[in-house]
Amino acid sequence: MSKALTRVAGTCAILLIALIANLTYIQIFKADEYRSASGNARSILQEYSRDRGPILVGREAVAKSIETGSDLKYLRRYSNGPLFAPATGFYSLVYGATGIERAENSVLAGTDGRLLFDRLQQLIAGRDPKGGLVSLGLDAGAQKAAFEGLAGRKGAVVAIQPRTGKILALVQSPSFDPNELSSNDSAAIQRYYKQLTRDPEEPLLNRPLASSSPPGSTFKIVTAAAALESGQFTPQSVIPGPARYTLPGTTTQLRNASGTACGPGGEVTLTEALVVSCNTAFAWLANQLGDDAIRQQAERFGFGTSFEVPMPAAAGRYPSDLDEAQTALSGIGQFDVRATALNMAQVVAGVAQAGAVMYPYLVTEISSPENTVLDTTAPETFGQAITATTAQQLTEMMVQVVDRGTGSNGSISGVRVAGKTGTAENGENQPNTVWFTSFAPAASPEVAVAVVLEKSGGSGNALAAPIARAVMESVLGR
Amino acid sequence: MSAPTASPSTTQAVQPTRRNQELGLLIFAWFVGSAALAIVGIGTGDGLPDRFWLTLGVTAGAGLVAHAVVRSLAPYAEPIMLPTAFLLNLLGLAMIYRLDIAASQRAIENGSPEPTPESLGQLTWTILGIGLLCVILLIVRDHRKLQRYTYISLLLGALLLLMPLFPVIGHTVNGATLWIKIGPFTYQPGELAKIVLTIFMAGYLVTHRDSLANVRRKVLGVSLPRLRDTGPLLAAWVLSLAIMTFEKDLGTSVIFFGLFIAMVYVATQRFGWVVLGAGMFLVGATLLYLVVDHVRVRVEIWLDPFQYANDAGFQIVQSLYGLANGGMFGTGLGQGYPQLVPFASSDFILAAFGEELGLTGIMALLLLYGILVQRGLRTAISCRDVFGRLLASGLAVVFALQVFVVAGGVTKLIPMTGLTTPFLSAGGSALVANWIMIGLLLRISDITRKPSPEGAAEPSASPQRVTPS
Repeated sequence: MSKALTRVAGTCAILLIALIANLTYIQIFKADEYRSASGNARSILQEYSRDRGPILVGREAVAKSIETGSDLKYLRRYSNGPLFAPATGFYSLVYGATGIERAENSVLAGTDGRLLFDRLQQLIAGRDPKGGLVSLGLDAGAQKAAFEGLAGRKGAVVAIQPRTGKILALVQSPSFDPNELSSNDSAAIQRYYKQLTRDPEEPLLNRPLASSSPPGSTFKIVTAAAALESGQFTPQSVIPGPARYTLPGTTTQLRNASGTACGPGGEVTLTEALVVSCNTAFAWLANQLGDDAIRQQAERFGFGTSFEVPMPAAAGRYPSDLDEAQTALSGIGQFDVRATALNMAQVVAGVAQAGAVMYPYLVTEISSPENTVLDTTAPETFGQAITATTAQQLTEMMVQVVDRGTGSNGSISGVRVAGKTGTAENGENQPNTVWFTSFAPAASPEVAVAVVLEKSGGSGNALAAPIARAVMESVLGR
Repeated sequence: MSAPTASPSTTQAVQPTRRNQELGLLIFAWFVGSAALAIVGIGTGDGLPDRFWLTLGVTAGAGLVAHAVVRSLAPYAEPIMLPTAFLLNLLGLAMIYRLDIAASQRAIENGSPEPTPESLGQLTWTILGIGLLCVILLIVRDHRKLQRYTYISLLLGALLLLMPLFPVIGHTVNGATLWIKIGPFTYQPGELAKIVLTIFMAGYLVTHRDSLANVRRKVLGVSLPRLRDTGPLLAAWVLSLAIMTFEKDLGTSVIFFGLFIAMVYVATQRFGWVVLGAGMFLVGATLLYLVVDHVRVRVEIWLDPFQYANDAGFQIVQSLYGLANGGMFGTGLGQGYPQLVPFASSDFILAAFGEELGLTGIMALLLLYGILVQRGLRTAISCRDVFGRLLASGLAVVFALQVFVVAGGVTKLIPMTGLTTPFLSAGGSALVANWIMIGLLLRISDITRKPSPEGAAEPSASPQRVTPS
């Protein structure tokens, strides 16, 4: 009997070993596959169980996690959701994350390598792991001024510190409330998301970084820069500025907004052409320079490059393989030229910074949960778009645009403002898109700004310039 | 096999009672269980759980009473089984507390009324179970007397098994007809049937093992029993199929059949019975697979649970995700998501442990069962009477099979059958039955090691001289 019992015991031992072997297979070898399986709610719940780090603007946490005491231990709250939405993005149980929430996820979640030491400390202390802090360079006042200025109209504002490339304002309208996409109620999230995606105004689109429009006359800054850089023109060069310009190789006639010639005898200086935003003069100029020269100039200002701010932004576009008529139109920012508010802000920031274009960035600092700064963003030069002399000349020309030209609403008393308006056509029966892009003070620029109002109709000076002025005033403390 | 100082045949020599060793282990088990309970509270973030001190006091009291009863009524009992069972019971309680907290959090979140905590019921059943252990030790002063009730046990066992099918008291939960319901109380009589049928088999095999051991012929080197002796095996086979078909209880039927084969093998030492039994099991399983829908569904889920991840396979898939989430060391008690697995507190409590204590924790639990089974089989080996040997080995095999069937199911080693994990799972029927089984094993080991002269010379104790009927 003992022999049989010994065998029974042996069988039990084999069963035990089989169980342990199988458990080892599941918990060690198959674990990663199961953890990342799409239907596994645990990974989401786990992310939501971490004390995610806040996103700071100044000292204010524009996004932070608060404890809920439920299954999803933390809830993401945005103190001023729609205002900062283009920067923060959302952090959704259902739709994942966007914006800084996505781009800086490793820091916010606490898994970033720079937080390794803190994580070890937390582990040893037995505390729950916390995420790091992400500080943005946004100027809350400028942000609010831009948001209020847009007042619900479809458009975007980007302000940049020319010296560094630091983004001071990143605003869009219409915006959305990330709080509602980041709640812990997935049914409500889905309802809100569907409502947003059905909205023809596309509130989920990141307008300042991703919505490209024809830049219209603001692009004349680039054309003028190319002209000055070519060495063939100075601000005082006299160029033709007739009432109509027949596009080469076609019978199509390009007209000035005023319908009249830009100067006596249909001639005008380069400065004057910019001040009155003379279409015919810049079309002629574009044909003189050729599309390659303008494309090169545009690319030096950052067109054609997708900047990561840290979320990827759309590249500005200057089309290729242009015939002469298209080249003429491109010189005034029409045809297939496309730019986002960020692209145009970079152009004027480059002019402001004596020709040096900086890489734009949102994140200024990464800090540990204990608020020790771990990493500071060092400004980086993208390239020298124009010489300092050209920059100086362009600045003078743009100051006159505001002082006595088409951009009068951009002026701030006591401050020399350099600016340029733009009105871009969107084709038959479509309202125009209007722009204003500027920087101030002209002598030592603190802020460069681009405002775009998509298909708003009206003029850049009437609608966009006051917004740009408000943003500049806010940054300059006026 | 033998202690250096005393072999089983010379147990008349002075035996240490080893009661102090048992007490020490009980205290250790109580501390581990209490710590687990405290960690559950801290891990879920609410501080010490509700009724923490009450639970500590009650379990300490129950452990001490059990110890006192064993000390006075079964002083020579094996000292490790009781603390092992006690530890498993307490760990189960801690995990059920943990799942209660998750359930109440969910209720608050959904704004629904707070559910009745399962842990409160489990605590009551724990007291009742340990109480019944004491009662068994009090009533059954000598396990050999149980042999008198061999056929009464058969009747009682059959009755208990059939009770859920009776009108009025029969009760079906989740498609399985395993319960009886009298007033507000539900009970699974099948759990008690396991014990009385083990007693029946032990008693029956004591008198019939010689005839069953007769060999008719050898086939392929394996000695097969005579055809007319296979009656009892056929009866057990039919009974298992019936449980399967009518009560839809895959697990219990597998355990009964496995238990029967193991006990016949131990009684006769004829491997032919195992071959025959395994063959019949395969035939039965194939038959059921072809004929009974829910068996086929279970097998298909087992083969590819992810194909049914959102319906029939949801439970096992969630269990696997939980185990994966636990990994090597687990998330820590109270820090995982075991509540995502349906029936986490009963059938899938091992998945909950696997998630929160990891591979290391679940291995520790399985080893505790290993110790329990090993001590049970060891009790059987050293027992001097055939009935005691068979009964002890039967009880140990029930534990072993039950753990294998449920742990194998939870981890997708074998198809899911739906069984409770001994001592861990929420559910009073099983818990009480498990404690009774420990009581019987303690009694057998006590009689075995008792130095009194009456122990050695009982008529049925001689393995060699049993009259065939």
